[in-house]
Amino acid sequence: MVKGVRFRDHEVAGGILDLTARYRQEGADELVFYDISASPEGRLVQRRWVELVSRSLDIPFCVAGGIRSVADAESVLAAGAEKVSVNSPALENPGLIDLLARRFGSQCVVVGVDSQATGARYRVWRMAGDERRAGDAGRDTLEWIREVQERGAGEVVLNCMANDGTRSGYDIAQLAAVRAICRIPLVASGGAGSVGHFLEVFASAEVDGALAASVFHSGAIRIPELKRELRHAGVRVRPPDLQAGCHGE
Amino acid sequence: MLREVVIADTGGANLASLRHAFERLGARAHVTADGAQIASAERIVLPGVGSAAHAMQKLGAAGLIDVLRTLTQPVLGVCLGMQLLFRQSGEGPTRCLGLLPGEVRSIAATAARPVPHMGWNELEGVKEDALLEGIADRAYAYFVHSYAARPAQYTLATTEYGAPLAAVVRRGNFCGAQFHPERSGRTGATLLENFLRL
Repeated sequence: MVKGVRFRDHEVAGGILDLTARYRQEGADELVFYDISASPEGRLVQRRWVELVSRSLDIPFCVAGGIRSVADAESVLAAGAEKVSVNSPALENPGLIDLLARRFGSQCVVVGVDSQATGARYRVWRMAGDERRAGDAGRDTLEWIREVQERGAGEVVLNCMANDGTRSGYDIAQLAAVRAICRIPLVASGGAGSVGHFLEVFASAEVDGALAASVFHSGAIRIPELKRELRHAGVRVRPPDLQAGCHGE
Repeated sequence: MLREVVIADTGGANLASLRHAFERLGARAHVTADGAQIASAERIVLPGVGSAAHAMQKLGAAGLIDVLRTLTQPVLGVCLGMQLLFRQSGEGPTRCLGLLPGEVRSIAATAARPVPHMGWNELEGVKEDALLEGIADRAYAYFVHSYAARPAQYTLATTEYGAPLAAVVRRGNFCGAQFHPERSGRTGATLLENFLRL
Protein backbone atom coordinates (compact mmCIF):
# COMPACT_ATOMS: atom_id res chain seq x y z
CA MET A 1 0.00 0.00 0.00
CA VAL A 2 1.35 3.35 -0.99
CA LYS A 3 0.22 6.22 1.10
CA GLY A 4 0.05 9.89 0.36
CA VAL A 5 0.83 13.13 1.79
CA ARG A 6 1.15 15.11 4.92
CA PHE A 7 -0.87 18.23 4.61
CA ARG A 8 0.22 21.12 6.70
CA ASP A 9 -2.26 23.62 7.89
CA HIS A 10 -0.76 26.65 6.23
CA GLU A 11 -1.69 25.32 2.83
CA VAL A 12 -4.89 26.74 1.45
CA ALA A 13 -7.83 24.37 1.02
CA GLY A 14 -7.74 24.77 -2.76
CA GLY A 15 -4.20 23.44 -2.79
CA ILE A 16 -5.23 20.51 -0.66
CA LEU A 17 -8.08 19.61 -3.01
CA ASP A 18 -5.82 19.85 -6.07
CA LEU A 19 -3.31 17.54 -4.41
CA THR A 20 -6.07 15.18 -3.30
CA ALA A 21 -7.30 14.90 -6.89
CA ARG A 22 -3.78 14.38 -8.19
CA TYR A 23 -2.87 11.63 -5.74
CA ARG A 24 -6.16 9.86 -6.29
CA GLN A 25 -5.72 9.92 -10.06
CA GLU A 26 -2.13 8.77 -9.81
CA GLY A 27 -3.15 5.74 -7.76
CA ALA A 28 -2.30 6.48 -4.13
CA ASP A 29 -3.93 3.81 -1.97
CA GLU A 30 -4.65 5.98 1.00
CA LEU A 31 -4.38 9.58 2.02
CA VAL A 32 -3.31 10.64 5.47
CA PHE A 33 -4.31 14.14 6.35
CA TYR A 34 -1.90 15.39 8.99
CA ASP A 35 -2.29 18.62 10.80
CA ILE A 36 0.97 18.28 12.64
CA SER A 37 0.71 21.54 14.52
CA ALA A 38 -2.76 20.75 15.89
CA SER A 39 -1.54 18.88 18.99
CA PRO A 40 1.15 21.35 19.97
CA GLU A 41 -1.38 24.15 19.54
CA GLY A 42 -3.99 22.25 21.55
CA ARG A 43 -6.64 22.22 18.86
CA LEU A 44 -8.42 19.77 16.60
CA VAL A 45 -7.77 19.38 12.90
CA GLN A 46 -10.14 21.56 10.92
CA ARG A 47 -13.35 19.68 10.27
CA ARG A 48 -14.26 21.72 7.21
CA TRP A 49 -11.16 20.48 5.40
CA VAL A 50 -11.86 16.91 6.38
CA GLU A 51 -15.29 17.17 4.84
CA LEU A 52 -14.03 18.81 1.63
CA VAL A 53 -11.40 16.13 1.16
CA SER A 54 -13.85 13.32 1.91
CA ARG A 55 -16.33 14.63 -0.66
CA SER A 56 -13.73 14.52 -3.41
CA LEU A 57 -12.01 11.29 -2.44
CA ASP A 58 -12.79 7.65 -3.25
CA ILE A 59 -9.84 6.04 -1.49
CA PRO A 60 -9.33 5.56 2.25
CA PHE A 61 -8.70 8.63 4.23
CA CYS A 62 -7.11 8.90 7.66
CA VAL A 63 -7.01 12.07 9.71
CA ALA A 64 -4.40 12.98 12.29
CA GLY A 65 -4.12 16.07 14.37
CA GLY A 66 -5.07 16.93 17.92
CA ILE A 67 -7.63 14.14 18.45
CA ARG A 68 -7.81 13.98 22.25
CA SER A 69 -11.20 12.42 22.96
CA VAL A 70 -13.96 10.17 21.67
CA ALA A 71 -15.94 13.32 20.82
CA ASP A 72 -13.03 14.70 18.74
CA ALA A 73 -12.80 11.43 16.82
CA GLU A 74 -16.55 11.32 16.33
CA SER A 75 -16.49 14.76 14.78
CA VAL A 76 -13.71 13.84 12.34
CA LEU A 77 -15.35 10.52 11.39
CA ALA A 78 -18.72 12.22 10.95
CA ALA A 79 -17.05 14.60 8.50
CA GLY A 80 -16.03 11.64 6.32
CA ALA A 81 -12.76 10.16 7.57
CA GLU A 82 -12.41 6.33 7.86
CA LYS A 83 -9.75 6.33 10.47
CA VAL A 84 -8.25 8.60 13.06
CA SER A 85 -4.60 8.62 13.97
CA VAL A 86 -3.50 9.55 17.47
CA ASN A 87 0.02 10.26 18.59
CA SER A 88 0.89 12.76 21.36
CA PRO A 89 -2.57 12.63 23.04
CA ALA A 90 -2.24 8.83 23.31
CA LEU A 91 1.14 9.22 25.01
CA GLU A 92 -0.40 11.59 27.55
CA ASN A 93 -3.46 9.39 28.03
CA PRO A 94 -2.97 5.82 26.76
CA GLY A 95 -6.54 4.94 27.83
CA LEU A 96 -7.68 7.04 24.86
CA ILE A 97 -6.74 4.12 22.59
CA ASP A 98 -9.02 1.74 24.53
CA LEU A 99 -11.88 4.23 24.45
CA LEU A 100 -11.56 4.83 20.70
CA ALA A 101 -11.28 1.12 19.90
CA ARG A 102 -14.31 0.26 22.02
CA ARG A 103 -16.44 3.00 20.50
CA PHE A 104 -15.38 2.81 16.84
CA GLY A 105 -13.62 -0.55 16.46
CA SER A 106 -9.91 -1.22 16.13
CA GLN A 107 -10.02 -0.71 12.37
CA CYS A 108 -10.67 2.97 12.99
CA VAL A 109 -7.77 3.54 15.34
CA VAL A 110 -4.29 4.24 14.04
CA VAL A 111 -1.50 5.04 16.45
CA GLY A 112 1.28 7.21 15.08
CA VAL A 113 4.65 6.74 16.73
CA ASP A 114 7.62 9.08 16.31
CA SER A 115 10.70 7.14 17.22
CA GLN A 116 14.46 7.27 17.06
CA ALA A 117 17.46 5.40 18.36
CA THR A 118 19.00 6.57 21.63
CA GLY A 119 22.05 4.49 22.35
CA ALA A 120 21.07 0.87 21.84
CA ARG A 121 17.35 1.46 22.26
CA TYR A 122 14.55 2.96 20.24
CA ARG A 123 12.72 5.68 22.11
CA VAL A 124 9.34 7.32 21.50
CA TRP A 125 9.18 11.08 21.03
CA ARG A 126 6.24 13.30 21.78
CA MET A 127 5.17 16.53 20.08
CA ALA A 128 7.56 15.79 17.23
CA GLY A 129 5.75 18.39 15.12
CA ASP A 130 6.93 21.22 17.37
CA GLU A 131 10.66 21.77 17.66
CA ARG A 132 10.40 23.69 20.93
CA ARG A 133 8.31 21.13 22.76
CA ALA A 134 9.46 17.90 21.16
CA GLY A 135 11.11 15.49 23.57
CA ASP A 136 11.61 11.97 24.76
CA ALA A 137 8.21 10.61 25.80
CA GLY A 138 9.72 8.36 28.46
CA ARG A 139 8.91 5.14 26.66
CA ASP A 140 10.75 2.47 24.74
CA THR A 141 9.33 2.14 21.24
CA LEU A 142 8.95 -1.63 21.31
CA GLU A 143 7.20 -1.53 24.69
CA TRP A 144 4.87 1.22 23.55
CA ILE A 145 3.95 -0.66 20.38
CA ARG A 146 3.18 -3.78 22.40
CA GLU A 147 0.99 -1.69 24.69
CA VAL A 148 -0.97 0.06 21.92
CA GLN A 149 -1.81 -3.32 20.37
CA GLU A 150 -3.10 -4.60 23.71
CA ARG A 151 -5.18 -1.48 24.08
CA GLY A 152 -6.88 -2.10 20.74
CA ALA A 153 -5.04 -0.10 18.08
CA GLY A 154 -5.70 -1.37 14.55
CA GLU A 155 -2.64 0.00 12.78
CA VAL A 156 0.73 1.54 13.61
CA VAL A 157 2.42 4.22 11.55
CA LEU A 158 6.06 4.26 12.62
CA ASN A 159 7.79 7.50 11.73
CA CYS A 160 11.53 7.04 12.01
CA MET A 161 12.43 10.60 12.89
CA ALA A 162 16.13 10.49 12.09
CA ASN A 163 15.28 9.60 8.49
CA ASP A 164 12.30 11.92 8.12
CA GLY A 165 12.93 14.46 5.39
CA THR A 166 16.36 13.06 4.51
CA ARG A 167 15.30 11.05 1.46
CA SER A 168 18.04 8.60 2.43
CA GLY A 169 15.78 5.57 2.71
CA TYR A 170 13.54 4.07 5.38
CA ASP A 171 15.07 2.93 8.68
CA ILE A 172 15.00 -0.77 7.81
CA ALA A 173 16.60 -2.00 11.05
CA GLN A 174 14.11 -0.16 13.24
CA LEU A 175 11.11 -1.13 11.10
CA ALA A 176 12.18 -4.79 11.09
CA ALA A 177 12.55 -4.73 14.90
CA VAL A 178 9.05 -3.32 15.24
CA ARG A 179 7.66 -5.71 12.61
CA ALA A 180 8.86 -8.63 14.70
CA ILE A 181 6.50 -7.66 17.55
CA CYS A 182 3.72 -5.93 15.62
CA ARG A 183 0.86 -8.21 14.61
CA ILE A 184 -1.38 -5.39 13.35
CA PRO A 185 -0.73 -3.55 10.08
CA LEU A 186 2.51 -1.59 10.16
CA VAL A 187 3.14 1.41 7.93
CA ALA A 188 6.65 2.76 7.36
CA SER A 189 7.21 6.49 7.41
CA GLY A 190 10.27 8.71 7.11
CA GLY A 191 13.09 8.68 4.59
CA ALA A 192 11.59 7.76 1.22
CA GLY A 193 13.76 9.23 -1.53
CA SER A 194 13.73 6.76 -4.39
CA VAL A 195 11.78 3.89 -5.87
CA GLY A 196 14.47 1.56 -4.53
CA HIS A 197 13.71 2.67 -0.97
CA PHE A 198 10.12 1.47 -1.35
CA LEU A 199 11.29 -1.86 -2.79
CA GLU A 200 13.68 -2.26 0.10
CA VAL A 201 11.19 -1.50 2.86
CA PHE A 202 8.59 -3.94 1.52
CA ALA A 203 11.18 -6.67 0.96
CA SER A 204 13.34 -6.26 4.07
CA ALA A 205 11.02 -4.92 6.75
CA GLU A 206 7.84 -6.64 5.53
CA VAL A 207 5.71 -3.60 6.25
CA ASP A 208 2.10 -3.47 5.10
CA GLY A 209 2.36 0.02 3.70
CA ALA A 210 4.83 2.79 3.00
CA LEU A 211 4.07 6.41 3.57
CA ALA A 212 5.77 9.29 1.87
CA ALA A 213 5.09 12.96 1.49
CA SER A 214 7.76 15.19 0.03
CA VAL A 215 8.80 12.91 -2.84
CA PHE A 216 5.20 12.66 -4.03
CA HIS A 217 4.53 16.31 -3.34
CA SER A 218 7.49 17.48 -5.42
CA GLY A 219 6.95 14.93 -8.18
CA ALA A 220 10.40 13.38 -7.55
CA ILE A 221 8.59 10.02 -7.52
CA ARG A 222 5.50 9.52 -9.63
CA ILE A 223 3.09 7.04 -8.08
CA PRO A 224 2.19 5.20 -11.34
CA GLU A 225 5.88 4.58 -12.07
CA LEU A 226 6.53 3.54 -8.46
CA LYS A 227 3.68 1.06 -8.60
CA ARG A 228 4.87 -0.35 -11.89
CA GLU A 229 8.29 -1.00 -10.39
CA LEU A 230 6.83 -2.52 -7.24
CA ARG A 231 4.59 -4.84 -9.24
CA HIS A 232 7.50 -5.75 -11.48
CA ALA A 233 9.46 -6.75 -8.37
CA GLY A 234 6.60 -8.94 -7.19
CA VAL A 235 5.16 -6.65 -4.50
CA ARG A 236 1.39 -6.95 -4.58
CA VAL A 237 0.01 -3.47 -5.02
CA ARG A 238 -3.09 -2.15 -6.66
CA PRO A 239 -2.48 -0.89 -10.20
CA PRO A 240 -3.55 2.71 -10.74
CA ASP A 241 -7.17 3.08 -11.86
CA LEU A 242 -7.16 3.31 -15.63
CA GLN A 243 -10.16 5.57 -15.69
CA ALA A 244 -9.70 7.39 -12.42
CA GLY A 245 -11.45 10.69 -12.27
CA CYS A 246 -14.11 9.77 -14.82
CA HIS A 247 -16.98 9.10 -12.50
CA GLY A 248 -19.03 12.21 -12.38
CA GLU A 249 -17.27 14.71 -10.20
CA MET B 1 -30.11 8.65 -13.09
CA LEU B 2 -31.03 10.61 -9.98
CA ARG B 3 -31.82 8.23 -7.19
CA GLU B 4 -32.88 8.68 -3.63
CA VAL B 5 -30.75 6.53 -1.36
CA VAL B 6 -31.58 5.99 2.26
CA ILE B 7 -28.75 4.92 4.54
CA ALA B 8 -30.09 3.00 7.53
CA ASP B 9 -28.56 4.30 10.74
CA THR B 10 -26.78 1.35 12.32
CA GLY B 11 -24.98 3.52 14.82
CA GLY B 12 -21.70 3.77 12.93
CA ALA B 13 -19.81 7.01 13.22
CA ASN B 14 -18.57 7.38 9.66
CA LEU B 15 -21.62 7.25 7.46
CA ALA B 16 -20.56 10.47 5.72
CA SER B 17 -18.12 8.75 3.37
CA LEU B 18 -20.92 6.55 1.97
CA ARG B 19 -23.19 9.56 1.59
CA HIS B 20 -20.42 11.44 -0.23
CA ALA B 21 -19.86 8.48 -2.59
CA PHE B 22 -23.51 8.42 -3.67
CA GLU B 23 -23.48 12.19 -4.07
CA ARG B 24 -20.47 11.88 -6.40
CA LEU B 25 -22.66 9.64 -8.58
CA GLY B 26 -25.43 12.24 -8.68
CA ALA B 27 -27.71 10.45 -6.21
CA ARG B 28 -29.20 11.99 -3.11
CA ALA B 29 -28.47 10.18 0.10
CA HIS B 30 -29.51 10.69 3.67
CA VAL B 31 -29.15 8.79 6.91
CA THR B 32 -32.20 7.77 8.92
CA ALA B 33 -33.45 5.24 11.48
CA ASP B 34 -37.06 5.93 10.53
CA GLY B 35 -38.83 2.73 9.46
CA ALA B 36 -41.38 4.44 7.21
CA GLN B 37 -38.66 6.31 5.30
CA ILE B 38 -36.66 3.12 4.88
CA ALA B 39 -39.68 1.10 3.75
CA SER B 40 -40.55 3.64 1.05
CA ALA B 41 -37.02 4.41 -0.20
CA GLU B 42 -35.89 3.58 -3.75
CA ARG B 43 -32.59 2.19 -2.53
CA ILE B 44 -31.50 1.23 0.95
CA VAL B 45 -27.96 0.93 2.19
CA LEU B 46 -27.19 -0.96 5.35
CA PRO B 47 -23.80 0.33 6.44
CA GLY B 48 -21.84 -0.67 9.43
CA VAL B 49 -18.70 -0.14 11.29
CA GLY B 50 -18.52 -1.48 14.81
CA SER B 51 -19.81 -4.74 16.22
CA ALA B 52 -22.63 -6.96 14.93
CA ALA B 53 -24.19 -7.06 18.40
CA HIS B 54 -24.25 -3.28 18.68
CA ALA B 55 -25.70 -2.85 15.19
CA MET B 56 -28.43 -5.50 15.67
CA GLN B 57 -29.32 -3.99 19.03
CA LYS B 58 -29.60 -0.59 17.40
CA LEU B 59 -31.79 -1.96 14.57
CA GLY B 60 -33.96 -3.83 17.08
CA ALA B 61 -34.44 -0.78 19.29
CA ALA B 62 -35.49 1.28 16.26
CA GLY B 63 -37.97 -1.44 15.22
CA LEU B 64 -36.13 -1.94 11.93
CA ILE B 65 -35.50 -5.69 11.88
CA ASP B 66 -38.83 -6.65 10.31
CA VAL B 67 -38.78 -3.54 8.10
CA LEU B 68 -35.43 -4.59 6.63
CA ARG B 69 -36.36 -8.26 6.29
CA THR B 70 -39.45 -7.49 4.22
CA LEU B 71 -37.95 -4.95 1.81
CA THR B 72 -38.43 -5.75 -1.88
CA GLN B 73 -36.44 -2.87 -3.38
CA PRO B 74 -32.65 -3.16 -3.83
CA VAL B 75 -30.74 -3.21 -0.55
CA LEU B 76 -26.95 -3.03 -0.26
CA GLY B 77 -25.18 -4.12 2.90
CA VAL B 78 -21.67 -2.71 3.19
CA CYS B 79 -18.97 -4.36 5.33
CA LEU B 80 -20.64 -5.12 8.68
CA GLY B 81 -23.92 -4.31 6.90
CA MET B 82 -23.30 -7.23 4.54
CA GLN B 83 -22.51 -9.50 7.50
CA LEU B 84 -25.84 -8.56 9.09
CA LEU B 85 -27.63 -10.11 6.08
CA PHE B 86 -26.48 -13.57 7.18
CA ARG B 87 -28.17 -15.83 9.70
CA GLN B 88 -25.63 -15.36 12.43
CA SER B 89 -22.36 -13.68 13.28
CA GLY B 90 -19.72 -15.33 15.41
CA GLU B 91 -19.14 -11.87 16.87
CA GLY B 92 -21.00 -12.24 20.15
CA PRO B 93 -22.41 -14.60 18.75
CA THR B 94 -25.22 -12.49 17.37
CA ARG B 95 -28.37 -13.53 15.58
CA CYS B 96 -28.57 -11.44 12.41
CA LEU B 97 -31.22 -10.74 9.75
CA GLY B 98 -31.22 -14.24 8.25
CA LEU B 99 -31.64 -13.09 4.66
CA LEU B 100 -28.70 -15.23 3.59
CA PRO B 101 -27.93 -18.70 4.96
CA GLY B 102 -24.72 -19.26 6.82
CA GLU B 103 -22.57 -17.72 9.46
CA VAL B 104 -19.99 -14.98 9.57
CA ARG B 105 -16.84 -15.98 11.45
CA SER B 106 -13.75 -14.24 12.74
CA ILE B 107 -10.65 -14.23 10.57
CA ALA B 108 -7.73 -16.02 12.24
CA ALA B 109 -4.72 -13.74 12.69
CA THR B 110 -1.25 -14.95 11.82
CA ALA B 111 2.07 -13.14 11.69
CA ALA B 112 1.74 -12.75 7.93
CA ARG B 113 -1.94 -11.89 8.03
CA PRO B 114 -2.79 -9.36 10.70
CA VAL B 115 -6.41 -8.85 11.77
CA PRO B 116 -8.27 -6.58 11.21
CA HIS B 117 -7.66 -7.22 7.55
CA MET B 118 -7.09 -3.72 6.24
CA GLY B 119 -6.06 -3.02 2.73
CA TRP B 120 -6.52 -3.42 -0.98
CA ASN B 121 -7.27 -6.97 -2.08
CA GLU B 122 -8.17 -8.52 -5.40
CA LEU B 123 -11.66 -9.69 -6.28
CA GLU B 124 -11.63 -13.22 -7.64
CA GLY B 125 -14.12 -15.46 -9.36
CA VAL B 126 -16.20 -12.44 -10.37
CA LYS B 127 -19.53 -13.79 -11.61
CA GLU B 128 -21.72 -12.30 -14.27
CA ASP B 129 -24.32 -10.20 -12.54
CA ALA B 130 -25.81 -6.76 -13.06
CA LEU B 131 -24.26 -5.71 -9.72
CA LEU B 132 -20.76 -6.46 -11.03
CA GLU B 133 -21.06 -5.22 -14.59
CA GLY B 134 -17.83 -3.58 -15.70
CA ILE B 135 -15.81 -5.02 -12.79
CA ALA B 136 -13.02 -7.29 -13.96
CA ASP B 137 -11.61 -10.33 -12.24
CA ARG B 138 -8.58 -9.23 -10.17
CA ALA B 139 -9.91 -5.71 -9.68
CA TYR B 140 -8.73 -4.29 -6.37
CA ALA B 141 -11.10 -3.26 -3.60
CA TYR B 142 -10.48 -1.83 -0.14
CA PHE B 143 -11.29 -4.10 2.81
CA VAL B 144 -11.45 -3.36 6.52
CA HIS B 145 -12.82 -6.23 8.59
CA SER B 146 -12.17 -8.83 11.27
CA TYR B 147 -15.09 -11.13 10.36
CA ALA B 148 -16.12 -12.69 7.05
CA ALA B 149 -18.39 -15.26 5.45
CA ARG B 150 -17.05 -18.19 3.48
CA PRO B 151 -18.01 -18.35 -0.19
CA ALA B 152 -21.34 -20.13 -0.67
CA GLN B 153 -24.44 -20.26 -2.82
CA TYR B 154 -25.09 -16.51 -3.09
CA THR B 155 -21.49 -15.38 -3.45
CA LEU B 156 -20.76 -13.32 -6.59
CA ALA B 157 -17.07 -12.62 -5.95
CA THR B 158 -14.48 -13.75 -3.45
CA THR B 159 -11.21 -12.48 -2.08
CA GLU B 160 -8.29 -14.37 -0.59
CA TYR B 161 -7.04 -13.61 2.91
CA GLY B 162 -5.65 -16.81 4.33
CA ALA B 163 -8.75 -18.52 2.94
CA PRO B 164 -11.28 -17.57 0.28
CA LEU B 165 -13.82 -15.12 1.71
CA ALA B 166 -17.11 -13.82 0.32
CA ALA B 167 -16.48 -10.34 -1.09
CA VAL B 168 -19.76 -9.67 -2.91
CA VAL B 169 -23.07 -11.48 -2.31
CA ARG B 170 -26.54 -11.20 -3.77
CA ARG B 171 -29.81 -12.98 -3.19
CA GLY B 172 -32.53 -11.29 -5.22
CA ASN B 173 -32.85 -7.70 -4.04
CA PHE B 174 -30.44 -8.17 -1.15
CA CYS B 175 -26.86 -7.33 -2.13
CA GLY B 176 -23.75 -7.08 -0.04
CA ALA B 177 -20.14 -5.94 -0.36
CA GLN B 178 -17.62 -6.96 2.29
CA PHE B 179 -15.27 -4.25 1.02
CA HIS B 180 -15.91 -0.52 1.15
CA PRO B 181 -17.18 0.58 -2.28
CA GLU B 182 -17.14 4.19 -1.14
CA ARG B 183 -13.36 3.96 -0.73
CA SER B 184 -12.46 1.49 -3.48
CA GLY B 185 -11.68 3.86 -6.32
CA ARG B 186 -13.17 3.15 -9.72
CA THR B 187 -14.15 -0.43 -8.79
CA GLY B 188 -16.24 0.72 -5.86
CA ALA B 189 -17.88 3.53 -7.81
CA THR B 190 -18.84 1.03 -10.52
CA LEU B 191 -20.50 -1.25 -7.98
CA LEU B 192 -22.46 1.63 -6.46
CA GLU B 193 -23.48 2.84 -9.91
CA ASN B 194 -24.67 -0.70 -10.80
CA PHE B 195 -26.61 -0.83 -7.53
CA LEU B 196 -28.40 2.40 -8.42
CA ARG B 197 -29.31 0.91 -11.80
CA LEU B 198 -30.71 -2.42 -10.52
